[in-house]
Amino acid sequence: MEISFNGKPRELPQSISIQELLDQLQLDCLQVVVEHNRNIVTRQRLAEIHLHHGDTLEVIHFVGGG
Amino acid sequence: MQIKINEQNYTLDDHLSAGEVRDRIKADADLLIVNGFPVSPDTLLRDGDLLILIRRGEIPGADELDALLTARHTPGVHGVVKQSTVGIAGVGGLGSAIAIALARTGIGHLIIADFDVVEPSNLNRQQYFIDQIGMPKVYALRDTLARINPQARVTAAHLRLTSANLSEVFGHAQVLVEAFDLAEQKVMLVETFAARFPDRPIVTGSGMAGYGPANTIQTHRVAGSLYLCGDGATAAAPGTGLMAPRVGVAAHHQANAVLRLLLGCDPVSEKA
Repeated sequence: MEISFNGKPRELPQSISIQELLDQLQLDCLQVVVEHNRNIVTRQRLAEIHLHHGDTLEVIHFVGGG
Repeated sequence: MQIKINEQNYTLDDHLSAGEVRDRIKADADLLIVNGFPVSPDTLLRDGDLLILIRRGEIPGADELDALLTARHTPGVHGVVKQSTVGIAGVGGLGSAIAIALARTGIGHLIIADFDVVEPSNLNRQQYFIDQIGMPKVYALRDTLARINPQARVTAAHLRLTSANLSEVFGHAQVLVEAFDLAEQKVMLVETFAARFPDRPIVTGSGMAGYGPANTIQTHRVAGSLYLCGDGATAAAPGTGLMAPRVGVAAHHQANAVLRLLLGCDPVSEKA
């Protein structure tokens, strides 16, 4: 299946969860904000939500400093 | 013609210059501002103009202050922003500069929250003073804001923001500014506020450490109503400090994004 990942098409295996995808990409869920189909997903739900063909996912990585 | 002079309505003869009106209303004024821009005394006034007359060095009374403080604003801005409430989470290098910019802009109500106290290593980039060392930052900043614009209402919350108290502290904020230091805290704030108030904009800062080019700091819309100001990459880390110039650039990107959102403009592009 194909999803839109940060604005670009990306091929993924069926029924992968957002958490599994973040793990594959070695992204620390404590430092990213995830928007799935235009809704911001809280950390607790990353493992529950499975991606489907045509989904839109934005992963915004934050760095420290302010 | 009908014109406003220092926020009072006047009906005057047509074809008068700013200098002629000055001589009648406030003869000792030496700064004449029409519709937000300083003009020479021979500038002719037109119906509907906003004229501000200022005598340099004079401290105005409270009734006139509001008009004089905003004399250089684009007309129409002040009426909107003085009705607005903005939340600022964290008042370190980003938040203190953002609060000052927004108070100068005439935002009616600022909610500022931070647990920290002013210490000497803050002074390389944060808008505090040596005589404020040891004070909770929110109270030190409240004092500074009152010296700049006493019309701006400031709610100062001296506490550690968590997912449990954040929505209560910022319940009245139309726009929330994220100005934390730690990436994990930035993420916590966005997740928590967006879950509670999905339609309210959040303006975050990420990537402003070091002394790389200022031009790499930009304002992006990264999700629905979530905006990110910074280069997105340069973290504060051993060997890469936080310094006033770049932190200031990012802070003022955030402040300008807030202003544009309050005025109904897109923070990222020219379209209204």
